[in-house]
This record gives sequence, structure tokens and C-alpha cells, in this order.
Amino acid sequence: MGIELIIGAIKAVVIVVMVLNLAGLLLWFERKGSALIQDRVGANRAAVFGIGRRLGLPNLGLMNTLLADPIKLFTKEDFAPDGADRFLHGLAPFLALFPVLVAFAVVPIGDVLKIGSYSINLQAADLNVAALYILATLGVGVYGIALGGWASNNRWALLGGIRASAQMISYDLAMGLAIIAVVITYGTLDLQEICRIQGGVWFGWIPRWGILVQPVSFILLLTAGMAESKRVPFDLPEGESELVAGYFTEYSGGKQAVFMMTDFAEIVLVSVLITTFFFGGWQVPWLYRDGFHFPGGAYLALPNVVVAIAGVAAFFIKTLVFCWLQILVRWTLPRFRYDQLMRLGWKGLVPLGLANLLVTAFIVVAVEAKY
Amino acid sequence: MPLWLFIFLAVVAIIGAFGVIIQRSPVHCLLALALTLFDIGVLFIGLGAETVGFLQIIIYVGAIMVLFLFVIWLLNLQTEADGGGHLALKFFGSTAAAALAAELFVFFSKAAAPTARMGLVAKDYGSIELLARMLFSDYLVGFEVTSVLLLAAIVGAIALARRTPAELVRSGSTVKSGSGARCRRRWAISWG
Amino acid sequence: MPTPLGYFMGLSAVPFAIGVAGVLIRRNIIVMFMSIELMLNAVNLAFVTIGRRMASMDGQVIVFFVMTVAAAEAAVGLGIIISLFRNRETVNADELNLLRW
Repeated sequence: MGIELIIGAIKAVVIVVMVLNLAGLLLWFERKGSALIQDRVGANRAAVFGIGRRLGLPNLGLMNTLLADPIKLFTKEDFAPDGADRFLHGLAPFLALFPVLVAFAVVPIGDVLKIGSYSINLQAADLNVAALYILATLGVGVYGIALGGWASNNRWALLGGIRASAQMISYDLAMGLAIIAVVITYGTLDLQEICRIQGGVWFGWIPRWGILVQPVSFILLLTAGMAESKRVPFDLPEGESELVAGYFTEYSGGKQAVFMMTDFAEIVLVSVLITTFFFGGWQVPWLYRDGFHFPGGAYLALPNVVVAIAGVAAFFIKTLVFCWLQILVRWTLPRFRYDQLMRLGWKGLVPLGLANLLVTAFIVVAVEAKY
Repeated sequence: MPLWLFIFLAVVAIIGAFGVIIQRSPVHCLLALALTLFDIGVLFIGLGAETVGFLQIIIYVGAIMVLFLFVIWLLNLQTEADGGGHLALKFFGSTAAAALAAELFVFFSKAAAPTARMGLVAKDYGSIELLARMLFSDYLVGFEVTSVLLLAAIVGAIALARRTPAELVRSGSTVKSGSGARCRRRWAISWG
Repeated sequence: MPTPLGYFMGLSAVPFAIGVAGVLIRRNIIVMFMSIELMLNAVNLAFVTIGRRMASMDGQVIVFFVMTVAAAEAAVGLGIIISLFRNRETVNADELNLLRW
């Protein structure tokens, strides 16, 4: 009992630290990546005591985003606007961040890692209703945004908050439908099981990844996920040219930092969900627990630690690819108008999700009925 | 579920419930209620009913409470200014509710056999398969009727809360003449 | 040490009574409505506990139905409140007294 508690606590801490670090890394991706896309330079000034200036290190912008910006944000004055609800104004950013961080508890980073006689399942919480848990945390995530907008005593913030929460609950539905279709295909709600089922190959060489079985769900989840995290093209709630900064107009300093962290943590969450459901999670093609089994018949035996680390590395690479995809989409597409956004959600994605669900259910029953 | 965890959740639930009825601002009441419902969802999970527990969080905390929040904003309800008045009602109401609480507490605690522990249940108790199996076999009629009920509720809520186009024109939110053609043309431009 | 089920049942009585007090004491219709939801959830807890005692899924199925009906009722009830507000400009139960003698 004691050792399991310690292992569980270590896993939880590792995952939270990993997510927060990824969020910071994504901030850097975003600044330099957007600069690359927009044909400009981006952040390139900050350096610590001039170290590396001859080598051109400040041009990478790392000091800027990873050191200077957080220090600036967290040492700013912390205030609540006049007439605003102080308690809610302070609570809202954390209420927004909390569900996104705890959603990572059920995400499987890798297969089992055998240390001595312990098999550690590389997943912080082994729930067998993990997909429902993800939907629950996404539903609770609406509160921080809505209250942040309302508690600012500012009509533009309130408008942004209302739009954001309406958008989030609409696209919650589309996401739920996409996830349900995937769950029906795999027959289980447990994310680690879903990753494991995506091992193996078809026809000897095609890995059994979810995207080949559920392409429509992939599109749905990607779109709905980007709308959930209020990224462009769905970022009307924080419409920079229209609502000043939408629901976080009246936030500065540490609270704004927490809101931005929420934004980036949600990008990571959506990428992680897409990776787990559709791209095999930590599965490396042709890598099984004892080593590589290549399609030609070649076999390479590997110790368990190497297999586990390869799985974790594969997971991170896939997640970063999808984070980059979302950043790319952000700096490419213009923003949707609010009624277009709502129309897409309710009249486009929800019927598509339902049709997908119907077809998936038919096919699953038909395939099983053969046996 | 360990006793210390239960005591913690029980205290949070009771504080949340008091928060609902005592606080002046409707939004604060709503947040207290959301906390209580979340807490009860966790209690469900502790009792082994995982699916129902998470469904409670998804449906109640994630959807119904947000609906309440929207209505509070739509009606622009402020913090209630006068907290006094109706002292007799409050006194007798509280006393009656306290008596009810005491009686129910004693009654319910003994209802499940006071020292009954959580017995052993099937390994997949509370899983979504078992729940679905029961819903689609023993309780099928209820399930189908509930879906019709939800449809009726949706139609009813829209019918109650909408404003007819005539009312919208009267309140100045819409321009009447020629708006149909202009809307269609604008839509064509935005999609084209 | 696992918790005896009687504790859960006793706990379910308390939010129920608090909900009753809320309906009696508060005059704001939305808060009264919230107290009703509180009562419904206390009863849900009792159902799940008894279901666990009987080691059967019936309690959870009933809770499922109660949740669905409560959602429908919340939607319609809030529609009524909106409609009422549009006509009477108030949500204070004391001022909604057209049908009183």
C-alpha cells in the first residue's frame, strides 16, 4: 500500500510538471513559429548577462519567452477592478486551469515499465471510465471562463465570457460525439486499453491506428478541440480586434499568466487526446513489448526499459506534431464570425457526429455478428 | 471509502448546501450548488457507481448549472439588497427544516442497517456496460419515454423563452422591412 | 476503515432538509429552484446508497432517470422563469401575487 501510494504520487507530480513544461515550450513554439510563418523575426533580444550573444543565442528567443516573460507576469501588480467581485475575480483563472490539468491524470504516457519486481503502468490514474472523466473535466472547464468574464465588472468581458461559455458547451457536444464513436469502435472507455488495442498490424504491415478506422471522428475531435480551447479560427471570445481581450480583459500579471497557461495546456490536452485515440498513443509501429517485429520478418530484441522509453518518446513526438498543427492553423486561418461558429457547431459538427456514430454502431454490430 | 475522506466530503457538501440558501448573490449561490453537486458526484464514485458519478458531474455541474448561470445573466439579477423582512417565516422555516433534518437523519441512518458495510459487489459494478444492459432490458420503456420527455422539454423551453418576431420588432432588436432579403444576401456572401 | 452505509444515508438527509429550508426561506425564485435541485441530488445519493446495499444496479438506473428528468425540468422551469420575468420584471416571489386573494 505504501509503495503504491508513493509511485502514484510520483506519477501525478511527473505528469503535472510535464504538462506545465510543455505549456511553456508551446509558448516558445508559438512565438517563434508564428514569426516563421509571418516572415518576421520574433523575440530575439533577451539574454542573461550577455551570455551567448556572440553565438547568436538570443535569436532563438528562449530567454525571452521562458525566463523574461514569466518573471514579468508574476511580478506585476495584482489587482481586481473597481466594483468587481474580488473573490471570483481571483478564483476564476484557477477554476479554469484546474480541470485542464487534472484531465491529464488519465492520459497514458507509455506501456508498463518494469523496475525490479514492480510493474508501473505509465498512467497516473487507471480509471476504467477514463473517457467519461475527460468529458467531465471539459464540462467543468466552462466555469472559469464564464466567471472570469462576469467577475470583471466590464461589459466587454461579460460579452466575451458569455460567448466563450456558449461556444464551449456547444463544442463539448461535438467532442463528446467524436469520443463516443471511438469508444464504440474499441469497446472500452479506458485510455490505456485503447492505446494497447492500437498495437498490432493489419495485412502484416499497416499499424492498427485509430485514424484508419475513424477518420471522421478525427476531424471532429480536432475541430471541436480547437473550438474548446478557443483558438483561432474560433477565438471570437477573446477577439483581439473586437473585444479588447474578451473575457480576460481585466486580468493582468499572475492571473493572466494562469489563463494563458490554461490556453496552452488545453492545446496539449487536445493533442494528447488525438494522439491517444487516433494515432496509437505511445505505440511505435512494429514495436512490441519484447522488441521490434518488422514486417519483413526481422526481429530485434530490446530490454523493457528501452521499449518503455521508446513509447514515451513516441508519445511526445506525436503530441508535439499536433501542437504544431494547431499553431499552424492558428496563424493561417481568419477568425469565424460568431453566428458562423455556432452554425458550424450545431448544424455542421453535431449532425456529422451523429451520422458517424450511427455508421460506426452499424459496422461494429455487423462485424461482430459474423462471429 | 475511507472514513476520513467521507467526513471531508460530507463537510464540504453541508457547507455548500448552506451556502446555497444563505448567500445573497445568486451567482454565489450557484457556485455553492455546483460545489455541492460535484461533491455528491464524488460520493457516488466512492460508492462504486462510477458511471453515474461522472454523469452527475457532466450533466449537473457541466450543463444544468451553466444553464442556470446563463439565465441569471440574462435576467441580470443583482445581489439582493434587502436581507431582512419575513423574520417569522425565516424562523419557523428554519425550525421546521431543522426538525425535518433531525428526524430524517435518525430515520435514514437506521434504514440501511446502521453498521452495514459496503458488501462485496461484482467486479464491474457501476460500469457502463451493466448500466446500459439494465437500461436496455429491464428499464427500456422508461428509457424511451425519457427521450420523448427530453424532446418535449426542449420544445417547451424554446416555446416559453423565445420572443416572437413581432415582439423583437417592437422591442427594437430587429429591423422589420426587407430584412429577410438582406439576411439571405449577407449569408450568401459569408459562405461564398 | 470503510464507511458504514448508514453514514451515507444520514448525509443524504441533511442537504434534503437544507433544500427544504431554502425553498421556505428564500424569496428569489431562482434560488428556490436551486434548492429544489439540491433536494433532488440528496435523494439521488440515498438511491445510490441503497442500491449499493442491495448490491444491485437498480439504484443507479433510477438515479440516471432522476438526473434526466431533473435536466428536463430545469430547462422548462427556467423557461417559465424567463417568461415570468419578461412579463412581471421581477423574480421575487412576494411580488408575483396576481393569483392571491
